[in-house]
Amino acid sequence: MKFLVCISKVPDTTSKIGFTDNNSKFNEAGVQFIVNPYDEWYALVRALELKEANGGSVTIITVGEQSDEPVMRKALAIGADEAVRINAKSDDSFFIAKQIAEYAKNNSFDVVLCGKETINFNSAQVPATIAELLDMPLVSLATKLDINGNTATLERDVQGGSEVVEVQTPFVLSAAKGMAEQRIPNMKGIMMARSKPLNVVEPVSVEAHTEILSYELPSGKTECKYVEADKMDELIELLHNEAKVI
Amino acid sequence: METTTKQALKGGEFLVKESKAENVFIPEEFGEEQRMIAQTCKDYVSQEVFPNLDAVDEQQEGLVEGLLKKAGELGILGVHIPEQYGGFGKDFVTEMLVAESLGDAHSTSVALMAHMGIGTLPILYYGNEEQKKKYIPKLSNGEWAAAYCLTEPGSGSDANSGKTKAVLSEDGKNWILNGQKMWITNAGFADVFTVFAKIDDDKNLSAFIVEKGFEGITLNAEEKKMGIKGSSTRQVFFNNCVVPLENQLGEREIGFKIALNILNVGRVKLGAAVLGACKKVISNAVNYSNERSQFGRPISKYGAIRFKLAEQCIRTFAMESALYRASKNIQDKIAELESEGMTHEKAQLKGVEEYAAECAIMKVLGSEVLDYVADEGVQIYGGMGYSAEAPMDRAYRDARINRIFEGSNEINRMLIVDMLLKRAMKGQLDLMGPATKVAGELMSVPSSDDEDLGMFSDLKKNVKNFKKSALMVAGAAVQKLMQTLSKEQEILMNVADMLIDIYAAESIILRVEKLIELKGEDAVKEQVDMMNVFVYDMADRINKYGKDAINSFAEGDEQRMMLMGLKRFTKVEPLNIKEARQRIAAKLINENKYCF
Repeated sequence: MKFLVCISKVPDTTSKIGFTDNNSKFNEAGVQFIVNPYDEWYALVRALELKEANGGSVTIITVGEQSDEPVMRKALAIGADEAVRINAKSDDSFFIAKQIAEYAKNNSFDVVLCGKETINFNSAQVPATIAELLDMPLVSLATKLDINGNTATLERDVQGGSEVVEVQTPFVLSAAKGMAEQRIPNMKGIMMARSKPLNVVEPVSVEAHTEILSYELPSGKTECKYVEADKMDELIELLHNEAKVI
Repeated sequence: METTTKQALKGGEFLVKESKAENVFIPEEFGEEQRMIAQTCKDYVSQEVFPNLDAVDEQQEGLVEGLLKKAGELGILGVHIPEQYGGFGKDFVTEMLVAESLGDAHSTSVALMAHMGIGTLPILYYGNEEQKKKYIPKLSNGEWAAAYCLTEPGSGSDANSGKTKAVLSEDGKNWILNGQKMWITNAGFADVFTVFAKIDDDKNLSAFIVEKGFEGITLNAEEKKMGIKGSSTRQVFFNNCVVPLENQLGEREIGFKIALNILNVGRVKLGAAVLGACKKVISNAVNYSNERSQFGRPISKYGAIRFKLAEQCIRTFAMESALYRASKNIQDKIAELESEGMTHEKAQLKGVEEYAAECAIMKVLGSEVLDYVADEGVQIYGGMGYSAEAPMDRAYRDARINRIFEGSNEINRMLIVDMLLKRAMKGQLDLMGPATKVAGELMSVPSSDDEDLGMFSDLKKNVKNFKKSALMVAGAAVQKLMQTLSKEQEILMNVADMLIDIYAAESIILRVEKLIELKGEDAVKEQVDMMNVFVYDMADRINKYGKDAINSFAEGDEQRMMLMGLKRFTKVEPLNIKEARQRIAAKLINENKYCF
């Protein structure tokens, strides 16, 4: 079985977020980058587990520049067999999905796995767009994946419970928490990562659908004002004139 | 080209020669693979160790042993082991980075360090091929755990006075060991012990590889300790313990040498481990000070707290600069010896031995920086710092042992001076030449010093003068006290303190210079501040150490002349240290974690 796992480079969760160029670009200075946790912990690790149990291969793919290669090698160190980098930089979900879909189309994979979203842009659009472009079924927000022959059984979180879905390969999924446990790359994996293939593929021509104009940080914590329980007039006055919400 | 050859200083030469920034290694130069290895260690600590800190300290059965095995599965225990013995053959600097990355794992860190260092290295460095093939792969993958039995109830710092005995069995096929060993880390679950004992009435120790399964080994109960409560520390008794002849490690009577050489590695590695602990404490401290509000503002807004945060960073940064500088020097020496045909293991030993003084410096400096950092960490947490619910309690208690084990800091201070003097006597290091020159300078009129030492020329001149202070004091002490100097421990401590500060100061300047070349001045403004504050601060310390030493052995004109010289050599330009520390703290507070 051939697995394609889409991975994305994201800032470490403890990074200090800042912007440059008139708030139009993310300031990468001093930021440590990691593999998007949804891609790594759930999608990649589950694909590796299935490969280890039933055979096959795991290819990781990312749309990015050379500076993305360290996080790709981390995915190789965890156990992926080979890596593909589509040599382009974009923040547009359609652009990224189209690049991945083109590669997937030409290399016929049984399962395309994505994390449910990236932790920096959170658009959550890439998995569905890939599925649409490949004309494959999508199982979103999957928390469990088992494969038997050409039939995959997945669980999804739904309001107040879970849903079991069956789907035939090939298909696309987006992975959510629970699908697998984080794996720490071991020394052997780290040393083998250097010699595994990392192929650079030029992008196909695609027009981005969106453009990010500017970013804004959420306003800091505001002060909490306490009003005595029996002073309702004061509360209404504050809501009217200070918070201006009623 | 001749000019591009690296001019690394020999061991101890930092005192009499200047280094170039391009010739020192700084941690900002770690490669991708090294960073990945470090990350694996950090992930291991955060996923496997941190959720179990309380259970580890309660000595939950099998827990630390399991954590050691887990580290073995990840390959962490074998990073520094040659590939032919099941390891990954990584270099010395990477070995130090691994130690740093595991350094905040509290008791588990101690268990890992003991296993990878004093547990494994005696066999790796001194074992014969059969011994290495038999034991090292199992120690490298964590299948077996190792311990090191040197200390006895009556012999701690004076290790060679141990009373454990080895005699040949009647049939001549085994050594029979009898004796008692104390403070043995990992004793509770170790499968292999390196045991030091004297054969018959030998003057010096020999070493033996003893397996848990050999008959005649018993263990006392776990010691009750102030800190590192989770690491197994027990007494080990050998009662007619039968050890096959082939398990003698190295030649007869070289045990003490093995012990000392292994401790050299342990010392610099301890410096690396405490560095990891320092960074963790600082990250916790700044995070807490940003969260905790008093008088309507986070306490990180107050100067008194900012001073502490900045000072924690300054000392940690200086220590780190010295650590990786020394580690790379050692690594280069190892490579040089290997290229001359020496075996890897022998080259490792000799490489570390060359920089034994620097190793001892790192042990003292590192453990005392961590003590400062942990102590102020408690203080920043205030009442919560004293609560066992918050992380500072454990950090504070666990820090303390570092000043005691791997040779107490007092022993190490004496060793620093002793090793430099020995090197001088052997002709490996010219101390007397420069010392005489400084003595001559004292008698002459101070000349205006317009020498240009490149970037940070003034600071480099300060450090050059601090070196002169140390040379003046040490040179005069040697001349005056001759053979009795080795007994004048107070003076030796003063000189050692000067040397430690000098090594750290020079390392921080060289690192910042290299950083500016790598990243540009704007990116490292706070590092420049750290360097400036460190050098400014240490001038008074050098002055005090020097004065105390001079007043302890000199009198009359000589005393006056040296005190005047000292005053001249420890003069530094005024610096607004309040503002400098404020800037360092501001950066830390903004990042909310150790970020230098």
